[in-house]
Amino acid sequence: MGAVPRLPAGRLEERFTEKKPLYTPAEAMAEANRCLYCVDAPCIKACPTSIDIPTFIRKIATDNVKGAARTILTANLLGESCGQVCPVEVLCAGDCVYNDWGRDPIKIGRLQHFAVAETLKRDPKLFTRKATTGKKVALVGAGPASIAAAGYLALEGHEAVIFEKKAIPGGLNTLGIAPYKMKGDAALAEIEWVLSIGGVELRTGVEVVKGEASAGQVSSADLLRDYDAVFLGLGLGPDSHLAISGEEGEGVVGAVALIERLKADASLKLEGVKQAIVVGGGNTALDVLHELSLLGIETTMVYRRSEAEMTGYKHELAGARLDSGRLIENRVPVSVVREGSGLKALRVAHAKEGRAIPGTEEDLATDLIVVAIGQSRATQVALAFDGVVVDSKGRVVVDAATHRTGNARVYSGGDCVNGGKEVVNAVAEAKIAVRAIHAQMMGA
Amino acid sequence: MADLSIDFAGIKCPNPFWLASAPPTNTGDQIMRAFDAGWGGAVWKTLGNPIVNVSSRFGGVDYGNTRLMGLNNIELITDRPIEVNLKEIREVKRRYPKHIVIASLMVETKDEWREIIQKAEDAGADGLELNFGCPHGMCERGMGSAVGNEPQVLEEIARWAVEFARTPVIVKLTPNIGDITEPGEAVLRSGAHAISLINTIKSIVGVDLERMVPLPRVGNASTNGGYCGPAVKPIALHLLSQLSRHPQIQRLPISGIGGISNWRDAAEFIALGSTTVQVCTAVMHYGYRIVEDMIEGLSDYLDSQGMKSVSELVGRAVPQYQEWGDLDLSYRVVADISLDKCIGCQLCYVACMDGAHQCIHLPGKTEAESRAAGHIHMPKLIPDRAVISKAGSPGARVPYVDEDECIGCNLCALVCPVQGCITMKELPSEKGKETWNDRIQKGTDFVPGGLEATAAAKAAT
Repeated sequence: MGAVPRLPAGRLEERFTEKKPLYTPAEAMAEANRCLYCVDAPCIKACPTSIDIPTFIRKIATDNVKGAARTILTANLLGESCGQVCPVEVLCAGDCVYNDWGRDPIKIGRLQHFAVAETLKRDPKLFTRKATTGKKVALVGAGPASIAAAGYLALEGHEAVIFEKKAIPGGLNTLGIAPYKMKGDAALAEIEWVLSIGGVELRTGVEVVKGEASAGQVSSADLLRDYDAVFLGLGLGPDSHLAISGEEGEGVVGAVALIERLKADASLKLEGVKQAIVVGGGNTALDVLHELSLLGIETTMVYRRSEAEMTGYKHELAGARLDSGRLIENRVPVSVVREGSGLKALRVAHAKEGRAIPGTEEDLATDLIVVAIGQSRATQVALAFDGVVVDSKGRVVVDAATHRTGNARVYSGGDCVNGGKEVVNAVAEAKIAVRAIHAQMMGA
Repeated sequence: MADLSIDFAGIKCPNPFWLASAPPTNTGDQIMRAFDAGWGGAVWKTLGNPIVNVSSRFGGVDYGNTRLMGLNNIELITDRPIEVNLKEIREVKRRYPKHIVIASLMVETKDEWREIIQKAEDAGADGLELNFGCPHGMCERGMGSAVGNEPQVLEEIARWAVEFARTPVIVKLTPNIGDITEPGEAVLRSGAHAISLINTIKSIVGVDLERMVPLPRVGNASTNGGYCGPAVKPIALHLLSQLSRHPQIQRLPISGIGGISNWRDAAEFIALGSTTVQVCTAVMHYGYRIVEDMIEGLSDYLDSQGMKSVSELVGRAVPQYQEWGDLDLSYRVVADISLDKCIGCQLCYVACMDGAHQCIHLPGKTEAESRAAGHIHMPKLIPDRAVISKAGSPGARVPYVDEDECIGCNLCALVCPVQGCITMKELPSEKGKETWNDRIQKGTDFVPGGLEATAAAKAAT
C-alpha cells in the first residue's frame, strides 16, 4: 500500500490563513441549534450527494457528533473536504429557507467540516469493510472521483487500485483548491483516511498508456485483463492557451499550473511580481485573482464580456474584491508586449459582446499574466480503452444512470465526464458508478 | 456496538425507545411508520368508552426563539371506535411481531376492565398500561388522574387488572400529587408488574388577553390541560428517582416519560432508573425520524463508557442521588472564566451582582465606583484583561472572579452564552468531608425544630 506523500515546507500556500477556520465545539453547537430541522429540506435537494443535512445538524445539536459524521460520510466519503471547498453559497446554504426570510443561512459547510474533522480526529475507524469479495477494480487518476470511488468500493469488500501519473495524489483537491479554503495537506490527510479503510492501494508515478507499457507505465489492455472493472477519473488536461503573439515565454503561465506550484512547489517565490493580470471569467480565474491579491500582488482580472455574463460565482468575485482584487470587464487580450524576452504588458482591446473593437487597444503593464480560460481534455487516456468515446468537447461519454462508458467494463466520472465541476459532483458521479460496478461484478 | 435490546417486566424489545400513549400513537398506520423509523415499541393511544374531542386542543410555550419548550394538551383518549383500534393492533402485531405494542387502557367499572383487557390481549397487545394519569377531562369523570391521586382506588383497580391480565400490567402515574411514593407503593401492593411515569402536569399555558380566555381556546372558554415537553423533564427525573431509590418500589421496572427529546435525555432517564423511555412531544414537533439520533447516540455513548448493554446503564446514577443533609459541606468550587473564550458580554457580572454574591468585578473601575455599584469586598488587584476571542467586541474586558468571595453557585456559568467559557474549578478541601447531618450529630449546627430547639440543644452539650 503506497504511502501518501507529504508536501514540502516553504510553499507559498502556507502563507494563507483560512477564511473559514474550523469551528470550536461551542461555535458548532450554537450554529447547529439555529437549524430548523426542515423536512423535505431544500438543502438536501441542492446537494449533489444528497447529504441528509438537517439530520446531521440535529445530531451536532444533540452532541452526537460522531453520528453526524456518519450521516455525512455515508452520503459523501469526501465530506470533510467538501465542507471546506463546496460553493455552499450556490448549493445547500444557497437554498436554506432562512435566505428568503432575510436571515443568515445556516453555515452548513462549516458544520460539516466540524463534524467530520472532530470525529475522525478521535475515531478514524468509523466504518468497517464488508467481507472481501475477491473482485478488483482499477481506477485511473487519483482525483476526488477515484478516491471516493475507491473508498466506496473498498467498503463493499472489493479491492481498489488507483493509478496516478503524478507523484502527488488528490488531483485538483490537493493541487487546485484556493489555499484560504483548504490546504493541500488537508486533502492528503483525507486520502490517508480513505486508504485506512483498507482494500485501497495507491500507485503514484504510473501512467496509463494504450500500447506497450515501458517503465513507469501500465497498458490499458493489462488493466482490462487484470481487473474486473476500470474507473476513469482522469480530470482535465493542461491549461488552454490564448493563442496571441508573445504568449510563449517568461511571465505568462496557465492558471492551473500556477496554482499547483503555489500549493506544492516550494521553489515558486513570485518575488519581484508587483502587478499581475488574470485572463478569464470563470472560478479558476477568480481563485487566482483572490490568491494573488492576498499575496499582496496588485492583481487585475481581464474578462472579455461583462461582469453579469461571468461564469464565476458572484460571491467569489465579491470575496476577491474585499481583498482588493480588481475586475476589468469587456476587454480582449490582443498580444503580449515584451521588451527583449522580458514581459512588459498585456495589450487589450475594448470589446463588445466578447469581440474586439478595432482601434481601441491599450497596454496594461504587468509582471505576470495568468491564463485562466479553461483546460484541455485528457482524451488520450480515455481513448486508450476500446469502446470509450468522447464527445465533441472532449468529454468522456457515459450512460447517466450507471456512468458506464462505451466499454462495458469501463466506467468514468468527475471532471473528465462533466467538463469541470465541483469535488461534490465528482463524488456524486463516483457513487453512481460504484453502484453499477458493484451490481455488475456481483450480479454476473 | 452495545446491545440496546431490553427486557421490561418480561416484555422483550429491540430497543428502549417507545412512543408514549398520545397523538403519535393514534392509529396503526402511524405506529407502523414509527416502527419503520426505528422505534422499538409504542403505547397505543388510550382505549376506553367512546368520547368526543374538542377543537382546538394544544397550547405551546416558547422560550425566546425556541418553540415548544412546553406543550399543553386537552385532548382526551382515543375518539375512534374501539373495534377499529383493536383491528389495527392485530394488524400491527401481525406485520411487526418483534416490535412491542402496549395497550393503554382507561375505563370505569370492574366489568369494563375485564372486557377491555381481554379484547386488547386478544388483539395481540404485549402488555397493558393503565392510564391513571390523564389530568384533564377524564379525571372529571372519576378516571385518569382521579385514580392516580387516590392510592387506595389505584390499588384496587390495578388488582383487577392483574387478576384479568395474561400480559404484564404497567401502571402509569400522575405527577399531580404530593408524594409520588404513595401511588408507587400502591402499585407494589396491587401486584402490578411495572410503572410508567410521568403523565402530564396540570397546566394553563397562557391567556388570550384580548378575549380574556385561557389557552388553548375552545370557543369562549378553556380548561386546564396536561403539560409536557422539554420543560417538564426535570420534574419527571425527580419523580422517577423518588421511585427508583425507594427500597421496595425499585424492584419494579420503570418506563420513564417526560420531555425526552434526544439520546442524552434518554440516557439520563435510564441512568436514574428507567428501563425503557417513552417519547411524545419531540415526535409531535419533529416527527418519528428523531429516533435515529436517539439509537445512534445512545449506542455510541454506551460504547464510549465500555458498557456492552443498555441494561448496564439502568439506575447507575441512583445511588448518587442523596438527601441534602448528606451532601459534603466542605466541597468547594469557584468560577473560572476562560480568557480566550470570553466575549465580554458581562452577563455573568450582572447575574452575580444582582442574583448572587457580588464576587465578579468589571476591570477598569475605581474602588469608589465598584463600591457604589454594590461590591462590599474588594480584591487586592483586579487584572484588566482585554477580550481576545474573535467573537468578542473590541475593547471589551474579561470580568474577574474574586475567588475569596465566590461561593461556587454556578449562576455565572449558567448564564454565560459561550459554551465552555465559564467552568467551575474545584478547590482542594481544607477540611475533611462534613455533612449537615454530621454537624447535627456533633451538635455544632442548627437542630431542626426552630431557634429555641437549637438553643436548647446547644445548652445541653
